[in-house]
Amino acid sequence: MKRLVYVLGLLLACLGTAQASIDTYEFSTQAERERYRTLVEELRCPKCQNQNIADSDAPIAMDMRDEIYSKLEAGQSDEEIIGFLVERYGDFVRYKPPVNSKTVILWYGPAAFLAFGLLMVVIILMRRRRSVVAKQDQSLSSDEQARLSDILKQYK
Amino acid sequence: MSKTRLIAVFGVLIGVALFAAMALFGINNDPSKLPSALKGKLFPEFSAPTVHDAEKIITRDDMIGRPALVNVWATWCVECKIEHPVFNELARQGVVIHGINYKDDNAEAQRWLEDFLNPYQLNISDPKGRLGFDLGVYGAPETFFIDKHGYIVHRHTGVIDERMWQEKFAAMYQELLDE
Repeated sequence: MKRLVYVLGLLLACLGTAQASIDTYEFSTQAERERYRTLVEELRCPKCQNQNIADSDAPIAMDMRDEIYSKLEAGQSDEEIIGFLVERYGDFVRYKPPVNSKTVILWYGPAAFLAFGLLMVVIILMRRRRSVVAKQDQSLSSDEQARLSDILKQYK
Repeated sequence: MSKTRLIAVFGVLIGVALFAAMALFGINNDPSKLPSALKGKLFPEFSAPTVHDAEKIITRDDMIGRPALVNVWATWCVECKIEHPVFNELARQGVVIHGINYKDDNAEAQRWLEDFLNPYQLNISDPKGRLGFDLGVYGAPETFFIDKHGYIVHRHTGVIDERMWQEKFAAMYQELLDE
């Protein structure tokens, strides 16, 4: 029982830390606020991986949010801000990696495999159908038909 | 075996081989250790005071001229304490090491360098982590290897221990010296 209480206590403690961080930035326009939200949700924290920088409490995520905020206020475009971060932290910080020679297999690999699989299925099905049709085409000639009816007659 | 079937089998085999290669890569690859985006680039420009003297300003130019290790450390960083004796020994052997005191308090950093000795030739103070940010630092310790022209050759995240030095980094540093 005591152990159960400990475990529950630990779980409760975890709940507290799992909350998204709330910043107190003042934005001059609503549009800017939305751009900020999109950016912090699309950028990935390099420290606590698999969290975006909006959700992360790591100091580096805080620095990145500060940086994004001040650059937004300075009038920089989303591309400029993302570029600034990628220059320092690499493509890793983007949840939407760019299409380039390194990532092309990630972007199009699955689709290519699916297309290959579908193509194979179609080819196999078409072949199978062709052979079935070919078998059906083997209808009897009139001689054969006559022989067949003779044979059938014998067994009547 | 028909030609189509052969192609299909071949396709599946290639798929399996690719998957296996990726899995192998994944197993041998620690995802928490990111490659540096600055590899092959010039060390970022900076202008910062030293840990000991707020009046004395260090810039990138002070680093250029000879290959060096640039170690990002802090007194709040537990692993840095493990790494510190390794750097002391390397410094004794003549390896050039610079320190970036990252998001730290200067007074505490000074005490640390007195208590555990100072292996660093330049002691850069980076209390806000500005230089760290330009370097793509996301935690401490991190160690950058720069060549004599100031280009970043390698970045290691986490502790450098004696074995790692002997197995990998000693040769890397020697290569930079021989350039």
